[in-house]
Amino acid sequence: MSRRARSRKAPRTGVDWFLTFLRVAALTVVAVGLLAFIAQEISTDNPFARWANPDATGLTGAQFRGLIVSGIAQGAMYGLIALGYSMVYGVLGFINFAHGEVFMVGAMTGMITSNKLADAGYWESNFIGSLVLIVVVSVIVCSLTAVIMERVAYRPLRGSPRLIPLITSIGVSFFLQNASVVLLGPAAKAYPDVPDWLKSKHTFLGIEGARILVILVAAASMICLWYLVERTKSGRAMRAVAEDAEIAELMGIDVNRTIVKVFALGGAMAGMAGILWGILFRSVIHTTGFLPGIKAFSAAVVGGIGHLGGAMAGGLSIGVAESVGPLLILEPLGVSGVSQLRDAVAFAVLIGVLLLRPSGLFGERLPSEDRT
Amino acid sequence: MNRMGHLTKSGKRRGAFSLFVSLLAMLSLLATSCGDDDDGGATEAPAPTAAPETTEAPAPTADPRGDPMGDGSLGIVEVEAGDAIQIRSLQAITGDVGAFGLPIDRAAYIAVDDYGQIKGFDVDLGASLDDLCSNDGGQAAAQIIVADEDVVGVLGTSCSGAAVAAAPLITNAGMVLISGGNTSPALTSDLAGNAGLNHSVGYYRTAHNDLYQGAAMAKFVFGELGFTTAAAIHDGDPYTQGLAQAFADAFEAEGGTVTGFSAINKDDTDMVPVLTEMATGTPEALFFPIFQPAGDFIADQAPGVSGLEDTVLLAADGLLNANYLPLPQTTGMYFSGPDQRFGENVNQSTGKTATDFTTAYDERYGEVPSSAFWAHGYDAAVLLLDAIDAASWVEDGTLMIDRQGVRDYLYGLRGYRGMIGTLNCDDFGDCGSSKITVVQNIGGEDNVEASLNNVVYSYEP
Repeated sequence: MSRRARSRKAPRTGVDWFLTFLRVAALTVVAVGLLAFIAQEISTDNPFARWANPDATGLTGAQFRGLIVSGIAQGAMYGLIALGYSMVYGVLGFINFAHGEVFMVGAMTGMITSNKLADAGYWESNFIGSLVLIVVVSVIVCSLTAVIMERVAYRPLRGSPRLIPLITSIGVSFFLQNASVVLLGPAAKAYPDVPDWLKSKHTFLGIEGARILVILVAAASMICLWYLVERTKSGRAMRAVAEDAEIAELMGIDVNRTIVKVFALGGAMAGMAGILWGILFRSVIHTTGFLPGIKAFSAAVVGGIGHLGGAMAGGLSIGVAESVGPLLILEPLGVSGVSQLRDAVAFAVLIGVLLLRPSGLFGERLPSEDRT
Repeated sequence: MNRMGHLTKSGKRRGAFSLFVSLLAMLSLLATSCGDDDDGGATEAPAPTAAPETTEAPAPTADPRGDPMGDGSLGIVEVEAGDAIQIRSLQAITGDVGAFGLPIDRAAYIAVDDYGQIKGFDVDLGASLDDLCSNDGGQAAAQIIVADEDVVGVLGTSCSGAAVAAAPLITNAGMVLISGGNTSPALTSDLAGNAGLNHSVGYYRTAHNDLYQGAAMAKFVFGELGFTTAAAIHDGDPYTQGLAQAFADAFEAEGGTVTGFSAINKDDTDMVPVLTEMATGTPEALFFPIFQPAGDFIADQAPGVSGLEDTVLLAADGLLNANYLPLPQTTGMYFSGPDQRFGENVNQSTGKTATDFTTAYDERYGEVPSSAFWAHGYDAAVLLLDAIDAASWVEDGTLMIDRQGVRDYLYGLRGYRGMIGTLNCDDFGDCGSSKITVVQNIGGEDNVEASLNNVVYSYEP
């Protein structure tokens, strides 16, 4: 008997009513904000455009475009990191909180490699070649970091309750952050300057070249990952282990090896995201992985944890929402200092999705016996 | 145990995902095409100047008790023969803001060495403490300091945000806190006789009050650059918020229009949303008196935001340092800050000039000071030592320091000749010089010194 069928019979409690009220209230705030924004865009003299915010001016097409593209670029990075959270949850059933730090390791590795290349003059003379090189180095280092993390910290705890590897992962996260401080110092490190075609915003539809590059590379990485998981033998093994590790082992699949591959793949995606971060923001510090890591975890939950496409979609949703949400919804409502609320908006998306669809955008509604 | 089971039933899900991605792509294309393409408390103030007139450590008075300042109401610190007088340095010494606070911290050590002994007793600064340029950092360090009852005074903090938390703890323990780097009006007063929101009795500073700095920048933008519209961004820190507000108020008082006033989070990296918010008012100038690394991202991303392509970027002393000026995106930017043309100013207690200081600094640390407030830090340290000297006496070989006397000395300070100029403390602890300059960044790794001296505007109320 499904939960839905059961819940239909059960009388609605006060909590149910409260949740319904919250859902309606959240949707109303979003709808009113959006309508006020649309009213601003039609005409700023419109009374509805100015009812809450008399100073409202609306956005130009170019500004709106800039916000969306910035959100997609940011979201693509969240999505790439979210893949690692989702894959590990899929096969092991726990959240690897140290994954954000693997992303930081990727950005740091890129910083070191790119500065070495810049010192040798190769960065300026052959930027694309250098980019490929730093991606390769970073992906290898991040995969290794993730694999060593699994071998040292998680495998010994494989049979223990899920809370134990979860707490261990928080410890690993602190270890990696502090290792970065000890090895590289606490100050922010800069990437070398990127070529003008990446900085210039007139390259394509008035969008910065760097953001286009980020979106393209993220899309290509996602396609590669999809191919690996869906079309190769290793991918089939991963899906089998995710479905049921014991049965998969009985079928002759080397579970340990498969889990190592999952960590390596997740690490590679985080490494890729780290490089994209470096290219876009050109600055990295030991805490770089923390907030993007938490947001990527939220993205994985928003998309439906365990679902790869969902992780990417969740990343894009959170990225775009935190980019446009403050100006599209909050400012027309007369909220002041809206840009400071972008993190709040990102996590409001998480709460909103959980309220409306607890299993996430692409998650399956599991029968109650499978929820334990 | 069916978690991730849906990975196996991927056909339908893939379809849904592709649909989602296609929808997103279509939406962004739609956004591109349908845009309208407009790119386009003071305690009683004692009699003036108890400051020593000599340039050496003052000689002990004839009477063993002498005539030290204070009434003992805050307690006496006893320093036994052979022990050292305990003071502390609490500055932002690590991370990106280290470039801002480290020179102030080092200045304290140089000042203590220059000053020498007080009545035959050494002064011990202990190990430097870190304010982390944050409220939490200031609070944590202050708790460590107040646990040691022998500490007489503290030099710090670098950041106003840290002082907000540290000042009440330190001053409630009877110690004084003297800052060479805080500039937020909230910590002292509005210069019209009203205490700031975070003012504590026993807090002093040699750095200027940001109401002066905000006025200086506003006059420069309105009067010199001839702009009538400007916007400001802060990061919620009392320093940045206070200065951005001071600028906005002064700019409007001049007759200009503030088209945007907003805030970011210190750890934000993607500044496109806040810059777009500012761009809606198409300001001619954008003032962001914040710190690194957020300042790097704003300068880098602003020219790429539609509506800010030609906007002139302005920042303040928090970014006026040797790490920020060489960044390519900061070339041509204007920075307000304390007047650093110290010339031949001599600190009356140590006899040292700014040149003596920078020479000593270079000898010790192998570099020039990386930010603007080292001279303020030096004067702050010397003031504390002078105050201890004025409020102490030797009894049976033990140095007795009257905590209230230290405060009385500082509140009564008038006409003190320091490295930064003449110092006068008001009833709220503002002791610093109010001379502000605006410099323009020449750009390039080797031009930091030249940029710091590239003064384009001077202000003195």
